[in-house]
Amino acid sequence: MMKIEAIIQPSRFESVKDALLEIGIDGMTVTEVRGHGRQKGHTEVYRGREYTVDLLPKIKLELVLPDNLVNRAVETILKSAKTGKIGDGKIFLSRVEEAIRIRNEERGESAL
Amino acid sequence: MKRMGILCCCILTLVLSSLPIRAQQSPLSSPAITSPAANVASADSPKAVADKLNQLDQRVTAAQSNADNAWMLVCAALVLMMTGPGLALFYGGLVRHKNVLAIMMQSFALMALITVLWALVGYSLCFGGSGPVIGNFQFAMLRGVGVVPNADYAATIPQLTFMVYQLMFAVITPALITGATAERMKFSGTCLFMTLWFLLVYAPMAHMVWGKGGFLNASLGGRFPTLDFAGGTVVHITSGVSALVCALYMGKRVGYPKQPMPPHSLVLSFIGACLLWVGWFGFNAGSALSSGGLASSAFVATHFGAAAAALSWSLAEWLKNGRASALGAISGAVAGLVAITPAAGFVDPMSALGIGFAAGMFCYWMVTKFKAIFGYDDALDAFGVHGAGGTIGALLTGVCARMVINPIYGDGKAVGGFDGHWGQVGNQIVGILLAWGFAIVGTIVILKIVDTVTGVRVTEEQEIQGLDITLHGEEGYNLEA
Repeated sequence: MMKIEAIIQPSRFESVKDALLEIGIDGMTVTEVRGHGRQKGHTEVYRGREYTVDLLPKIKLELVLPDNLVNRAVETILKSAKTGKIGDGKIFLSRVEEAIRIRNEERGESAL
Repeated sequence: MKRMGILCCCILTLVLSSLPIRAQQSPLSSPAITSPAANVASADSPKAVADKLNQLDQRVTAAQSNADNAWMLVCAALVLMMTGPGLALFYGGLVRHKNVLAIMMQSFALMALITVLWALVGYSLCFGGSGPVIGNFQFAMLRGVGVVPNADYAATIPQLTFMVYQLMFAVITPALITGATAERMKFSGTCLFMTLWFLLVYAPMAHMVWGKGGFLNASLGGRFPTLDFAGGTVVHITSGVSALVCALYMGKRVGYPKQPMPPHSLVLSFIGACLLWVGWFGFNAGSALSSGGLASSAFVATHFGAAAAALSWSLAEWLKNGRASALGAISGAVAGLVAITPAAGFVDPMSALGIGFAAGMFCYWMVTKFKAIFGYDDALDAFGVHGAGGTIGALLTGVCARMVINPIYGDGKAVGGFDGHWGQVGNQIVGILLAWGFAIVGTIVILKIVDTVTGVRVTEEQEIQGLDITLHGEEGYNLEA
């Protein structure tokens, strides 16, 4: 089992969600986050005082998938989240020790 | 046991509601009218005609009084709305979200606190007696204040109406100061400070400008008649300058100016600003104390001042930053409203546009450049908008006042600079300096007292955690709930 953590542009979220649904992946956790890599922020001015806002809003998607689905999922996310500009985000992969379904305490890949 | 209690309450309610209620009968609304049939003389005799004219006279007076009273009661409500929720929202949106309740609570607490003080001694200290600096206790506990008009101040409305209208001014004035002390003042300190400030700064100033015998009173023969239609000196200069003194005394907020502290909700501030604009019609046009032509004049001047200032502040921003902002536009409007406050019932519409335009630019400069030069933390620009706007407004009132708008010195007597009476500007300066002086000295003394009794500033931990949680045990937004 692998965990895919994808930080993407908020404007690409709907396309990514739809594309994943199309390949049969419907379980995910979505969080609104703030952050930046190399992307510059913007300046806001309130009554003459300037503030640089460099933490930008992003969407974080978390998916835990059986090994055989991981590559397809990563390709799908890459294709639908890419705009080609700085700020597109990143995908991280990590191994997952165990997965348990709370409802019936099922364990392993069948719990995903 | 519980059901017995509820049953008893119901019975008690039924009994009490069946008791006859003492209705307030206004003699002005139902004057004694003798029917024509009761007249002894014949219909055409001189006595009959004289009687009839007398009746008509009474009814016309009553009608005028009712019109004035209706208008003034609405105005009192409008001015209260300026504090709650107008100012509460305007300031509330400008602070960080951890302090939103604290600043709103300060305005709301004043709505309650000042009302009680006003009823006990406040009205009397402002409008009683005929001393040059302060009133007396003739109206303490509102003794003698009923439906009969007080001819010294407003001859066509019940004194109760005049009293409650003026109360709303006394409420909002100290509330303005909370803009400078925002995000770091103790609530207990606020309550004590405002009580003392109301008694020692507001009351003398209000009496001097508006009270019978007042040193600066333009309509009741003051020594240095200062033209202040609705409170440019009494309300805005005193509170604005006091605000600056408080900001300097308390020092900067933790993290200011390096740490960004942008407004948490300009949406709230926007709504508050619009409520202030509408409410200000009660503040300025109601200061005519009647529903006639002068009220119309003040209403128009108020609106024009706001509009011109919103444009000029936005223009200043556009030139400086390349774009106009929502905060700038609403701040401009408020600055214009402040500046037109002393002028509203003395200047013509075009002058109102001019005063508004000047105020927008001047206050913009005050809150951006001037504040940056001296580095004080007037958190929500109470001084930059109210102190500065009130000062420039009071000065321009002396310049632009016209007898054709308001012959306050008597028919045919020049009022302001545009009438040729440039000495009025000198009088305005006297009034302005007195307002500044009272505010500075009074506030320093009061701050020292409050610091000894309750303390003024919160601890650094409280300030960092936020006043809503630490002072009031609440959170403004429980979005996860």
